[in-house]
Amino acid sequence: MEFLHELLYFLKTRKKFWLLPLIIMLLILASLVALTSASALAPFIYAIF
Amino acid sequence: MRNIILGISAFYHDSAAALIIDGRIIAAAQEERFTRIKQDAAFPVQAIKYVLSEAGVSFDELTAVAFYDKPLLKFERLLETYHAFVPRGWRSFIKAMPVWMKEKIFMKKMLRKEFRALGATKNTPLYFPEHHLSHAASAFYPSPYENAAILTVDGVGEWATTTISYGRGRDIKILRELRFPHSPGLLYAAFTYFLGFKVNSGEYKLMGLSPYGIADDPQTVSFREKILTTLVDIRSDGSILLNMDYFDFATGLKMTVTPLWEALFGISRREPESEITTAHMNLALAIQQVTEEIVVALARTASEITGSTNLVMAGGVALNCVANRKIKDADIFKNIWIQPAAGDAGGSLGAAYAAYHIGMEQERIYFPGDDAMQGSFLGPAYSDVEVKQMMARYAAVAAHYPDITALTERVSAYLAAGKIVGWFQDRMEFGPRALGNRSILADPRQPDMQQQLNLKIKFREGFRPFAPAVLAEDAHLYFKDAAASPYMLFTTTVKSEWRIAPVKNAAASFAATVEESEPELSVASIYERLQQERSAIPAVTHLDHSARIQTVHRTLHPKLWALINSFKKLTGCSLLINTSFNVRGEPVVNTPEDAWLAFMRTEMDYVVIGNYVFEKSRQPTLPKELFKSFEMD
Repeated sequence: MEFLHELLYFLKTRKKFWLLPLIIMLLILASLVALTSASALAPFIYAIF
Repeated sequence: MRNIILGISAFYHDSAAALIIDGRIIAAAQEERFTRIKQDAAFPVQAIKYVLSEAGVSFDELTAVAFYDKPLLKFERLLETYHAFVPRGWRSFIKAMPVWMKEKIFMKKMLRKEFRALGATKNTPLYFPEHHLSHAASAFYPSPYENAAILTVDGVGEWATTTISYGRGRDIKILRELRFPHSPGLLYAAFTYFLGFKVNSGEYKLMGLSPYGIADDPQTVSFREKILTTLVDIRSDGSILLNMDYFDFATGLKMTVTPLWEALFGISRREPESEITTAHMNLALAIQQVTEEIVVALARTASEITGSTNLVMAGGVALNCVANRKIKDADIFKNIWIQPAAGDAGGSLGAAYAAYHIGMEQERIYFPGDDAMQGSFLGPAYSDVEVKQMMARYAAVAAHYPDITALTERVSAYLAAGKIVGWFQDRMEFGPRALGNRSILADPRQPDMQQQLNLKIKFREGFRPFAPAVLAEDAHLYFKDAAASPYMLFTTTVKSEWRIAPVKNAAASFAATVEESEPELSVASIYERLQQERSAIPAVTHLDHSARIQTVHRTLHPKLWALINSFKKLTGCSLLINTSFNVRGEPVVNTPEDAWLAFMRTEMDYVVIGNYVFEKSRQPTLPKELFKSFEMD
């Protein structure tokens, strides 16, 4: 709940509500698929993510 | 009640922890030093345990914890970047999103979980200063100035890649910001990648390679022009626009669109560890020149918009000591101070400072003329008991010199005889440089010492330069600019009286190496250039007669000062080679055990740990299983 509250507050402050559908989609996908994926960063790129 | 703030940097590269109490730095350390994994990005459990123990406090006694960036803002940047470039970037998107969905977007929860494992039983207030504010705070608050222009330049934080701020008293105001993907740090990193070095650690190598390029070679001139006309547009205020057709980092898993770069420069991307050619050296010089142009323009803008006569800097690009020299030479500021832990590790310290001064509105303590970094000796120290325990564990044999004068006389005699000595004393350095407490020392007058150290001790590329540690009071005898430089963050030039006149046109003297089809590239190979004696202190003089000096001060570095002074009495030479105590790919040593093992794994002749002197020939054979190779950086 704290996370959702903060996320909404963040989107409101930054006026970025258009990102919300994308984030919801990602959270749904994450719960289905991505949780099983590895999280290693690519070895030859600056750690931008 | 005391305000005890823990600062943390983690999850990207160079995780670290720092602790300040009532605005004074108590301790700071990088996680890599404990885990022995270079640039370890993991949550800095051991570094946190160390800083808490150094302060003698438990986790629950902390007033606040500060994390060095804003995760949601970074996530926003990622999503908007992918959206802007769609469908390009799907590979990177697939790679990045699981990490975010699983962990990083829930950063607060993840941090609290880690804190509980460290003994936290309550929710300590958490601050998330922006990445570049953390850098700015790390540069300004410990600096010796009441007010300063603050320049931070790195790869990328949330959105910002470069900021100019003004610091006064306890306030920092961000005045200008350059945003992703337009980044001087990522531009330099792209060349690091193209020249076959590892991104995020090979930038030092690129900088070290650049003086091997020939400035007036038509190829260098042409490379520079191509960079400026095709890859990057530099505006008069120092802001830049990258031509993103040529860069892959925003959406891909590489830094460059390599076929386009190869077509542009007419050379192939250098394979890692392959031969370094003249073209590689010239390209390194060209991008170094362009980077210098950018940072000098940024410094000029910082001066104009802040009106301050003081400049402080942080961010990875601030570790480019050649560019720092250019800012100094441009005479824009009266004073310049650079955070010695300018990379992301230093963000932990900056985050703690930002929470204290900005978040909690506490007044700043500063000491005019004296910074608050304590020589950057902010890490752990080890007692004689711990040294003896290590000796017992490995049956290591040492001579004990309880008197510092006797110790320095003995060790300086070894150095004067051409021996290579590991030097381990007191508290470990915070930041990438070894400043005399975890160092390998040698005589800089010996012509082959640079190659010997690189190949037999550090197991790294032979061309890489070494820095001189010089008695502060004698620096003027050897170097053109002898201003205090205790953190090895500026280059200077060796005075003409010490130089050995180069063979006129080094290029022509090695005509045998010239390809007939490429007469314009009539220059020597890197190793032929390396063997040219440049000065009477050749091992610390770069090809262009520059040297990245560390001035050694009696008050700040008492033991190293005593050692060099003793060496001076013996030889008349007031300086030593000072390089970090590690081998290639290994983090700098932390404990006596790390030091003894590194000593045993290399051809180092002696190691001094506290007052104990270990001679190689007297040590037992190191069991095979203790020989360890580190991943090449």
